[in-house]
Amino acid sequence: MSAEPNITPLLVATGLSKSYGRRMACEDVSLSIREGEVLAIVGESGSGKSTLLNLLAGRLDADSGQVHYRMRDGVTRDMGTLTEAERRVLMRTDWGFVHQDAAQGLRMNVSAGGNIGERLMAIGNRHYGDIRATAAHWLTRVEINADRIDDKPTAYSGGMRQRLQIARNLVTAPRLVFMDEPTGGLDVSVQARLLDLIRGLAADLGLAVILVTHDLAVARLLSHRIMVMKGGHVIETGLTDRVLDDPQAAYTQLLVSSVLAA
Amino acid sequence: MSYLPNQIMLSVEDLAKGFTLHLHGGAVLPVVSGVSFNVYAGECVVLGGPSGAGKSSILKMLYGNYLAASGEIRVRHGAGMVDVVGAEPHAVLDIRRRTMGYVSQFLRVIPRVPAIDIVAEPAMAAGHTREAARDRAARLLTHLNLPERLWHLPPATFSGGEQQRVNIARGFAGDHAILILDEPTASLDATNRAAVIDLMARRKQGGAAFVGIFHDEDVRTQVADRIIDVTNFAASQAA
Repeated sequence: MSAEPNITPLLVATGLSKSYGRRMACEDVSLSIREGEVLAIVGESGSGKSTLLNLLAGRLDADSGQVHYRMRDGVTRDMGTLTEAERRVLMRTDWGFVHQDAAQGLRMNVSAGGNIGERLMAIGNRHYGDIRATAAHWLTRVEINADRIDDKPTAYSGGMRQRLQIARNLVTAPRLVFMDEPTGGLDVSVQARLLDLIRGLAADLGLAVILVTHDLAVARLLSHRIMVMKGGHVIETGLTDRVLDDPQAAYTQLLVSSVLAA
Repeated sequence: MSYLPNQIMLSVEDLAKGFTLHLHGGAVLPVVSGVSFNVYAGECVVLGGPSGAGKSSILKMLYGNYLAASGEIRVRHGAGMVDVVGAEPHAVLDIRRRTMGYVSQFLRVIPRVPAIDIVAEPAMAAGHTREAARDRAARLLTHLNLPERLWHLPPATFSGGEQQRVNIARGFAGDHAILILDEPTASLDATNRAAVIDLMARRKQGGAAFVGIFHDEDVRTQVADRIIDVTNFAASQAA
């Protein structure tokens, strides 16, 4: 039998707000996530979902509100009080961030092995053979043939680049991964493969994932819970299948009914 | 875990549901109200009534897939009874993992995942090892006569009946003490209907409780211990 899940939240955000000039991109948003849980933040462009993700991940400073995170030592910290060095270590180890555009998350002129190895070296691994073996292992894990280890991402297809970006993020065994439209811009058949891979990895590794997507089918496939945003506000939250099959808010009903059922 | 025959597994009290159609001027579509019934360990309760009476909506509320407007759905979960209505998503997911399974009318296909892994998933979620879960999946698929050559293929290209047998096997693969069945046998031939009835009978002997919809009268008379007429719960049109 598996151990009882840790029900103490991993990350808790309270009252996050951010404005750009007079426009509120994100207003008074609170959420929490546990280990092993996939939360999808859905909405149309301009809904504030990407702003929220960047606030949560500390890539943007909030005008107000806090993010608390339970660190690997078990101590919950206010992210706003972390030193820059502590924040960088966290980003390189216990957190991952998967960008929609793989070029933003990879070094395009460094080999695939180097891209994965860089995160290992950043946490102190020095043994070249070990790093290379780990990189090869992770390439295989994301369904990239290990003989492509010396190729640069520029020689990879879009789907492969995205899988490489995921491997680079997961090599340090993070507990929380942020994903910003990870399947956006990919061909449908490539998307299906990537979704299946993310789904399997999240379940096998017990990852917490905060996933931003405009695609309700992606949210249904990957997430346990969903948060619907519009105009910087949270419109509706709940169990993913409940929100999609029995939406309560007018906007959620509009969003759900606007999708062609495949 | 085993249950006594007189033990209440599921207790529904004064449950009500309507849909507010915000895209249609906020029209309110009443579905059911005053739904009350108990389900005991080892029995199968069948919801009866014409289509549109709200049978599926009731099942979906039991599973937490539809939001109840009011009332209680208390489920025997772990050491106590937990109300699904108003439960946090985490709590509903935990109930689904350990206590309550659901077989829908159609399989929701997951891209690229082979049939045997789709079936094994609830067993793994319940804490079994991958090997144990696959063994259980193989036994269920064998029982439901799904040819072994299909087990390692994703079901997207299977026939409706084959997909539904994968769906049923998945529904029975967990350790659920309560199973909700929404017309599971509709697309099956006589042999496979009998296989499902047999599966249900075995689980009932182990103390499992069933709530289901079965339109096929022959199947219904074979599985039902009690039939509850849902038209008794018709919501007032004046609502």
